[in-house]
Amino acid sequence: MVTFTVNGKNHTFNGDPEMPLLWYLRDVAGMTGTKFGCGQALCGACTVHVDGTALRSCQVLLGDIGGQAVITIEGLSADGMHPVQKAWRDLNVAQCGYCQSGQIMQAAALLKDTPSPSDGDIDSAMSGNICRCGTYPRIRAAIKRASGRA
Amino acid sequence: MTAFPPLTNVSRRAVLFGVATGVLVLTTRLSPPAHAQEKKYGGDAMAGGLKDDPRVFLSIADDGTVVLLCNRAEMGQGIRTSWGMVVADELEADLARVKVVQSKGDQALYGNQNTDGSRSMRHHFEPLRRIAAAARQMLEQEAAARWSVPVVEIKSENHGVVHGASGRRLDFGALAKGAAARPVPARETLALKGQSQFRYIGKDGIPLIDNDGFVTGKAVYGIDARVDGMAYAVIARPPVYGGKVKSFDAQETLKVPGVLKVVPIDAPAIPSTFQPLGGVAVVAENTFAAIKGRSRLVIEWDDGPNASYDSVQYRKSMEAAAGKPGKVVRNNGDVDAALAGAARRIEASYYLPHLAQAPMEPPTATARVTSEGCEVWCSVQNPEAIRTDLARRFKMPLDRIVVNALLLGGGFGRKSKPDFASEAAILSHAMGGRPVKLTFTREDDLQHSFFHTASVERVEAGLDAAGKPVAWLHRTVAPTILALFAPDPKHEAPFELAMGAVDMPFAIANVRVENPEAAAHTRVGWFRSVSNIPHAFAVQSFVAELAAALGRDPKDYLLELIGPDRLIDATSMSDAWLYGEDPKRYPFDTGRLRRVTEKAAGEAGWGRKLPEGRGLGIAAHRSFVSYAAVVVEAAVNARGVLTIPRVDIAFDCGGVVNPDRVRSQLEGAVVQGISLAMLGEISFKNGRVEQKNFDGYELTRIDASPAEIRTHLVDTTAFDKPLGGVGEPGVPPVAPALANAIFAACGKRIRSLPIRDQLRKA
Repeated sequence: MVTFTVNGKNHTFNGDPEMPLLWYLRDVAGMTGTKFGCGQALCGACTVHVDGTALRSCQVLLGDIGGQAVITIEGLSADGMHPVQKAWRDLNVAQCGYCQSGQIMQAAALLKDTPSPSDGDIDSAMSGNICRCGTYPRIRAAIKRASGRA
Repeated sequence: MTAFPPLTNVSRRAVLFGVATGVLVLTTRLSPPAHAQEKKYGGDAMAGGLKDDPRVFLSIADDGTVVLLCNRAEMGQGIRTSWGMVVADELEADLARVKVVQSKGDQALYGNQNTDGSRSMRHHFEPLRRIAAAARQMLEQEAAARWSVPVVEIKSENHGVVHGASGRRLDFGALAKGAAARPVPARETLALKGQSQFRYIGKDGIPLIDNDGFVTGKAVYGIDARVDGMAYAVIARPPVYGGKVKSFDAQETLKVPGVLKVVPIDAPAIPSTFQPLGGVAVVAENTFAAIKGRSRLVIEWDDGPNASYDSVQYRKSMEAAAGKPGKVVRNNGDVDAALAGAARRIEASYYLPHLAQAPMEPPTATARVTSEGCEVWCSVQNPEAIRTDLARRFKMPLDRIVVNALLLGGGFGRKSKPDFASEAAILSHAMGGRPVKLTFTREDDLQHSFFHTASVERVEAGLDAAGKPVAWLHRTVAPTILALFAPDPKHEAPFELAMGAVDMPFAIANVRVENPEAAAHTRVGWFRSVSNIPHAFAVQSFVAELAAALGRDPKDYLLELIGPDRLIDATSMSDAWLYGEDPKRYPFDTGRLRRVTEKAAGEAGWGRKLPEGRGLGIAAHRSFVSYAAVVVEAAVNARGVLTIPRVDIAFDCGGVVNPDRVRSQLEGAVVQGISLAMLGEISFKNGRVEQKNFDGYELTRIDASPAEIRTHLVDTTAFDKPLGGVGEPGVPPVAPALANAIFAACGKRIRSLPIRDQLRKA
C-alpha cells in the first residue's frame, strides 16, 4: 500500500505498483485535468508537480511516490488565478486547450525556479511540451506576462 | 453523464424561450428553398443542410441567460466563442450572458455537423444571424404587444427591449416566455443589422468562452468522459492495412490484474471505408491494465495484400509515373506545341511523404450499447457518421443512437472518422452493455491513422525569350482518399485535384495538368488542408526556381505570374469542385491573391538587407476560398543548422468575425506548416509504419518554432463578399515559403520533404 497526497488530500493505493500516476489520476481518482499524450515522456501533456518538481506523470510509478505531494492542474491554485493561468486567459493562449494543463504546470514550475526567465530559458524549459495547434508564440508571451516581463 | 433513455438534454433552471430538447422542434420546419431543382452549393449542399430555426438553437431563461446550442465541433478553432459573438451581436444580447452549449449529434435537427473543410463560419454566419435576428424580432413583438405600442417604435439593446418614447425597458428574460409563443418570422421578413452596428463581430480580443476550463483542467474532452461502471480498453490492430489476426494467445494477458476480457474483432473487407481495422481488444478496469495486458498478447498476423508496402520503393514508383504522361485533368491551349517552341524549358520534381494528424488527444471514445440503444461520448468532428455507423451495425433506428460531442483535443482531419467510436461500441456490446472507454495510445494513433497522402509532383515550364512562361505542365501523382471507398482507384479525386493542382491561376496561355496512376496501400485520409500541401509546395517552389533560373526577384516574378487582376471561373480551370461552393459567388480573384502577396512582402520588409546566411522566401496560395501569402525568414549557419527568425503571413478570408481566433489559426498554421516541412514523415516498411511515438514522428517544439510570427489580416470588413475558410488555408503556403527562404539563405533547393538534416554539413 502506498500513501501520498494529491492537491493536499491523502490518497492510498493498493493496486499494481507499476501503474503510472497519470492513469491513477485519470482512471482511479477521476481527475482528468492531467492529460494523456504519449505515455513516453515525449510530449509533456501529463505534467504535474511532485514535491515541487515538474514531472511527466506517465513516468511516475505509484510504487515510487509514497509520502510525496502531487499537485495537478486542478490544484495549482484555489481560484484558477495563478499568475500563469491568468496570463493564459488574458492572451487567449489555448486553441484546442488539450496540452495546456501540462504547459501551464511546466510554466508554473519554470517561474518558481526562474522568476524572470530569458527567451532562451523559456524555450529550454518548455521544449518538452508539444502543442500540435501551434500556440507557442502565445505561450512565450504569456510566460513573459506572468513573470512581469511583458 | 446523461442517463438512459437518451433523449434528454442538459438540465437548466428554466427554459422559457425555445426548446432545445428535441421534442417541440419537430413542430417547426422551414420550407425548402424555392429553387429546389437547382444545383445546391455551400452549406445547403451538405448532408442535413443548414438550419436556422431559433427554437432549435436558442433558449432564454427567465434570468435572461441566453443558451446557444453549437452544432459544430470545437477543436481549437474557437468556434464556440465566435458563434457566441455572432448571435450576441445580432440578438443585441450581452455576450457575458450568453452560454454556449454543445449540441448532440443530430443532423436532421441541427443541420450539417461535419466539422471539416473550414466551413463552420463560412457556412453558418448567415444562418446564425438569421437565428438571432428572428429571436430578437420575436422579443420585440412581445414587448410591443405588452406595451401596446407599434413594433417600429421599439428596439433591442443591451440584452433588453426598449421603448424610447416612454422610456420603458424589459430585459430579454422578462420577455422570453411570451416571445417563445410567437410565430417564428419568415426568413424574408428578417432585418439583419447593418455592418456599422456590429458590436462583437470583427472585434479583437474577445475572451474565449472556454478559457476557464482550459486553464483549470476542468474542460471535458472526449478522453475525459466518465460513465458509471465503465471499463477501459485498448486494441492490438493489424499492423498492415488489410491484414487480420491469424491466431492469438491471451493466456498471459488474462493474468494481468485488472484485465477483464479479451475480445477479438473481425477485420473489415478492403476497401474498409471508415470501419475499425479489427484485431484483439483487451478490456480492463483501467487504461494501464489494458495496455499492460495488451503487451502480453501473442498474436500471429496475416498481413494481407499490403505486406510489402515500402515508402522508399513507392517513391520510386511515383517518380517513374511522373516521368510519363498521365490522365489529363486540365487542358488549356496546346502545351506540347508551346513547350516545343519555348526558348527555354525548366522542370523539377518534388516529393512529400505521408503525415499523421497526431492530435494531442488521441482518438478515444466511450460507448454504452444495450438493447435499448447506443450512447457515445467522444470528441468527434462528424457525430452523424458515428450515428449512421452504429445504427447500421446494431440494427437500430437512428434516434436510438445518441452521440455526446465533447471538446476535441485537436482534430486536423483525424476525428472526422468514426472508427474509434465504433470500436468502443463493439466492446461495450461484447461486455454485455457495460460502458467501455476505448483509447488509442500514441503508438496506435501513429500506426492506424488515415494518413495524409504521399506524392510526387513534377512541374515543367516553357519560357519565352523574355522569361515569361508560355507553357505549364504539372503531373501530380498521389494515392487517393477514394481508395477508402472503391476498390483500387488510381487517380486523384476531383476534390483533391482542385486543391491547388488544376485551380492554378497563373496567367499562362497553355496549361496542362496530368494525373498519372498511383495505387493506395494504406488508409489515405484528410489532413488539415489536404492535397493543397503537396500541390502548393510544388507550384510555389517551382515559381521560385523559375525566378532563380532567370535571375529574377521571386516576389516580383510570382506577382507577374499571378498577372493582372481578374476573376477566374472555376470551370475554366477544370475545377469541378471549388470546395463545394458556387463558382459565381466564389470566382478565383487574382487581385486578392496579389494583395495578400504584396501585403506579406511589404510587412516582411521584402528586399531588406540581410546578414550572410539569411534569406527571405515567399509563397501564396488560395484554398478553402481564402487567400494566404507567407514570407519566411530563414537563417542557415555554417554548420547547416536552420533557424527561423520570423514569419509574416497575410490573409484574406473576406469579413473577419473573430480576429483573435483568425490570428490564432494562422499562428498555428505557420507552426504546423513548419513542422511538416522540417520533420513530418510517416514511412512504411514491410507494410508497417516505422514511427512509433513522438521520438520517431517528430513535431516542431517551441525551441524550433519561429522566433516571431506576424499575422496580417487583409480586408477584414469585407462582409459584402461571401466568407472564406479560416482553419486550413494558412497551412499550404508555409512549407514552400520556407523552402524558398532556405534557397535564398544558402543556395540549397529543397525538393523533398521533410527537410530534417538535408542542410547539415559534416
